[in-house]
Amino acid sequence: MTQTPTSLAPSIPAEEQRRRQQYWQATLRLTLGLLAVWLFVSIGLGVLLAPTLDRFQILGGPLGFWIGHNGAIYAFIALIAIYANRMAALDRQFGVGE
Amino acid sequence: MPTGWRRLTGSSEWGNSVTDVQLWTYGLIIATFALYIGIAYATRVRDTKSFYVAGQGIAPVWNGMAIAADWMSGASFLSLAGIVASLGYDGSMYLMGWTGGYVLLALLVAPFLRKFGKFTVPDFVGDRYGSNLLRGLAALTAVLISMTYIAGQMRGVGVVFSRTLDVSVDIGVMLGAVIVFFYAGLSGMKGITWTQVTQYLVLILAFIIPPIMLSAQLTGNPVPQISFMGMVPELNSLLSELGFPAYTEQLRSMTDKVALTMALMLGTAGLPHVITRFFTTPDVKGARTSAIYALGFIAVLYTTVPALSVIAKSNLINRLDGTVYTEAPSWFTKWENTGLLKHADKNGDGIIQYRPGKALLADGAPDPKNANELHFDNDILVMATPEIAGLAPWVIGLVAAGAMAAALSTASGLLITISGAVAHDIYYKLLRPDASESARLNAGRLTVLAASVLAAYFGINPPGLVAETVAMAFGIAAATFAPMLILGIFDKRMNWQGATAGLLVGLVCTAAYIWYFTPTLGGPGTPDQYLFGIGTQGFGTIGLLLNVAVSLLVSRLTPPPSAETQAIVESVRYPDGAGAAQVH
Repeated sequence: MTQTPTSLAPSIPAEEQRRRQQYWQATLRLTLGLLAVWLFVSIGLGVLLAPTLDRFQILGGPLGFWIGHNGAIYAFIALIAIYANRMAALDRQFGVGE
Repeated sequence: MPTGWRRLTGSSEWGNSVTDVQLWTYGLIIATFALYIGIAYATRVRDTKSFYVAGQGIAPVWNGMAIAADWMSGASFLSLAGIVASLGYDGSMYLMGWTGGYVLLALLVAPFLRKFGKFTVPDFVGDRYGSNLLRGLAALTAVLISMTYIAGQMRGVGVVFSRTLDVSVDIGVMLGAVIVFFYAGLSGMKGITWTQVTQYLVLILAFIIPPIMLSAQLTGNPVPQISFMGMVPELNSLLSELGFPAYTEQLRSMTDKVALTMALMLGTAGLPHVITRFFTTPDVKGARTSAIYALGFIAVLYTTVPALSVIAKSNLINRLDGTVYTEAPSWFTKWENTGLLKHADKNGDGIIQYRPGKALLADGAPDPKNANELHFDNDILVMATPEIAGLAPWVIGLVAAGAMAAALSTASGLLITISGAVAHDIYYKLLRPDASESARLNAGRLTVLAASVLAAYFGINPPGLVAETVAMAFGIAAATFAPMLILGIFDKRMNWQGATAGLLVGLVCTAAYIWYFTPTLGGPGTPDQYLFGIGTQGFGTIGLLLNVAVSLLVSRLTPPPSAETQAIVESVRYPDGAGAAQVH
């Protein structure tokens, strides 16, 4: 992230450059956080911890089974919605929107 | 036995004649085909920007529907519920794998490639890595993935035709190829967008109506996503009475499950025909929003699948096991004619017995080593369920039209992707940069024709079952495009040397592993020789890890990419116009 493309440097002032780096850092933080949740829900709850969660019941059947067959899908939609929402806010905050 | 079952099984025959079913099926299939071709004609195109990216003017909600139709293939529609029903618990690999990948697509790939703003995925690869060699390799890989994938679609079309029009599967495949060539060639991506929106509506209605009706009949609750969980304990005890493992028993190893789920998710993030659909939105924000709509629309089907699996499997066992063959319902003999359903009366008592084991040997003769007398092909579970449950004839016709819509919408998206890779990236960008707009458009249409013919050939001679063929395309996409695109965006230091080495290693290792363990391709391997117990469909995860390791290593041992290349990487990271020079 410290490398500045020389071809862009003359046209973009230092202040602008710093703002863009902050935007990209914020994007990376958000992305990594959401991906951690994604991995935990799918592989964690949906596969590795599923047998343990099966001791609990949901809608009349085992919980771990439900997460793998239905629950994780709802979580995926929520993750993408949060991403789109937060990114739109970051675009505005750092003034890099279209 | 709950009262619902008695109501269903009590009505020994549906009240309608077979002619009604055929009439509805012909009527709905012909009506939907006329609609698709009408849309294609109304939106026919004269320029390559419309042909490849629909003029970049598609609003997110329509694009989301088109992505969903593009995504949900003949395999999703026809085979997935059958596969989940036979796998039980372990079916979660496919359910999560084919939806969870959208998180990766939305967060790591789609918005950035939309910002780049060109026609195809190899376009991005070629410019980002400043290498025509890599552009060519990427184009060939896109063709390989899409051809593997399209074979499964054409097979699906053939299965539906053979069932509904009483023709052979091979003739059905050829009919499907002619139709899809006609409308994809005529209207390109622009027309495909609107046919896919229509096809989504047809396929989703067709898919959810039978489970909703069944769910309401059996449980009094019309939401299958809620009611199916309550039927699981009952199905478990039904299965164990017959000597099967419980539905909620996990049979696969954890390693294999993790590898397969990951391979499907990572493959999703690298499938060229899906990524291309995100190129059609007006802006980066539109690409992000499209992903929410897309997965939402996909989830309507994907959350219904496991519900249908439980409901249909319970239904099947209740209706057929212990039934006297001569008193079996009329649909049974009808499906027997297709060879996808079969009663092999091993003990000669004239009664259908459903037990563990394969009813038939590979040559179709009864397998004497087990007592199972009922052969039920996964592919027909969805199509036969409305008839088995005795639903109205228009539902049966709608399901046939829905399966067609699912297979055709995916096939058309794949054809445009193949056409883009061959006619745009190889012909125009590499061979004839001076080609005129009309020559490029003709080249695009000609490639759609050639690809349709090839797809029909592979549909007639498929390397495996529909869903298995599709899963292989995912393995290769995970091992090639996913790392090449993600590293291209997030690792500025990645250069063409690293990406090329990674691509070759990922592709060769994954393809070799799949070949080695696929008997229908002539591979000598047996499942006990699997590396870490990972099957062919899950190997894409290993392929991806190899690709990333090789890419990182080689890129750090070779010079960094040029300032120009780094500026491209920089520009795709920001939605605003810093990269205006990159706009096509």
